[in-house]
Amino acid sequence: MLKKIVILLFVTCFACFNTVFAAESGGMPQLNPEFWISQIFWLIITFGILFIVLTKVILPKISDNLETRKSQILENIETADKQKEESQKKIDEYEKIILDSKLKAKSYFNEAREKILDDINKKRAALEKDLDEEISEVEKELSDLRNKSGEKINKIAAETSADLIKELIGEEVNSSSIAAIVEDQSKINKERKDV
Amino acid sequence: MYQFNVYRIGPEIKLGAVDISFTNASLFMVISSLAILIIFNLGAKKKTLIPDKLQLLSELSYSFVAKMISDTAGLKAKPYFSFIFSLFMFVLFCNMFGMIPYAFTVTSHIIVTFVLAAFIFIGVTIIGFMKHGLGYLKLFVPSGVPIVLLPLIVVIEIISYLSRPISLSVRLFANMMAGHTMMKVFGGFVISLGIVGGWLPLSFSVALTGLEILVAFLQAYVFAILTCIYLNDALNLHH
Repeated sequence: MLKKIVILLFVTCFACFNTVFAAESGGMPQLNPEFWISQIFWLIITFGILFIVLTKVILPKISDNLETRKSQILENIETADKQKEESQKKIDEYEKIILDSKLKAKSYFNEAREKILDDINKKRAALEKDLDEEISEVEKELSDLRNKSGEKINKIAAETSADLIKELIGEEVNSSSIAAIVEDQSKINKERKDV
Repeated sequence: MYQFNVYRIGPEIKLGAVDISFTNASLFMVISSLAILIIFNLGAKKKTLIPDKLQLLSELSYSFVAKMISDTAGLKAKPYFSFIFSLFMFVLFCNMFGMIPYAFTVTSHIIVTFVLAAFIFIGVTIIGFMKHGLGYLKLFVPSGVPIVLLPLIVVIEIISYLSRPISLSVRLFANMMAGHTMMKVFGGFVISLGIVGGWLPLSFSVALTGLEILVAFLQAYVFAILTCIYLNDALNLHH
């Protein structure tokens, strides 16, 4: 079956081929030397002109274009790199400035705080000293007063009791004995108070 | 084979006894060259940092050919850049213009490709002898070959060297002619099989058109890269 189909195909192909080329004159036109010289002549002229114009005019322009593009791209990349470096430098500087100013601010703050604390301490110390002095003065006065007050009370008590006795009895009593009694009594009082 | 016929356009021009009339082949050579010049001139005119379409096209072609040359023939081949560039572009544009229906394919004629290949062959040989003097003949004597085999190898090398222009020209010519003939055959099938059976060859024809455009580019590339390789042999001489 397959063989039959193949053979049929070949036969049709052959038939078609014959009909297609039946009208053609024999031989390849390429081998007809009638126009060989003309073809060579025109080939030399056209190809020669093409070659000369391409070499002298067009190709140098294209290669120039390519070269300038290449160099320009390289240049642009270079400047871009440079600018990037510069901007990085600027960023570094900026960050350094910020860091420095932060440190400075901190040190100023610390200094000021120490100064103030010092001041406060000094003032407080002076104040305390003044206060202590005053307090001790007052205490001294107080203790003086207290010491004197006992004697005075006894004296007053003795005088009062002498006056009272004089009024009551109408007789003068020895003031020294009264003073002795008052003293004893005050001593007893004091002991009682202490206990 | 009508599409390969060369016929006169305009009056007959004679230079002495030889006929150098302007033909359809000449017309397409002129069209291809003009197209190349116009496209690349427009592409090279503007000098902007960011290229537009035509500029990008011309610059990409430039760097493509430059890379091809430096890859195959090294830095020494730089002076020959513009020749290889024009060669590549000329063959490419001739091939591509041949893909337009009813157009004439310049490179499908053996005489054209042979003249190009012969010019390359002679030029490369002259460059080789200028660079290395008679030392260029060392190209035919590969190193590390047993002395017994040497005569045979040298003969083979010489034959292969001499057949370079033939192989280079026939490769391009045969590829272009075979492609166009094949398309013609399939087109003929479409007509003769009619509305019933013509769809299959028609789809083949469409696929072949794509293939042919690929071949048109590839053959131009192969032509240029083989030129680079021959040039490399002449310049660097390490066989």
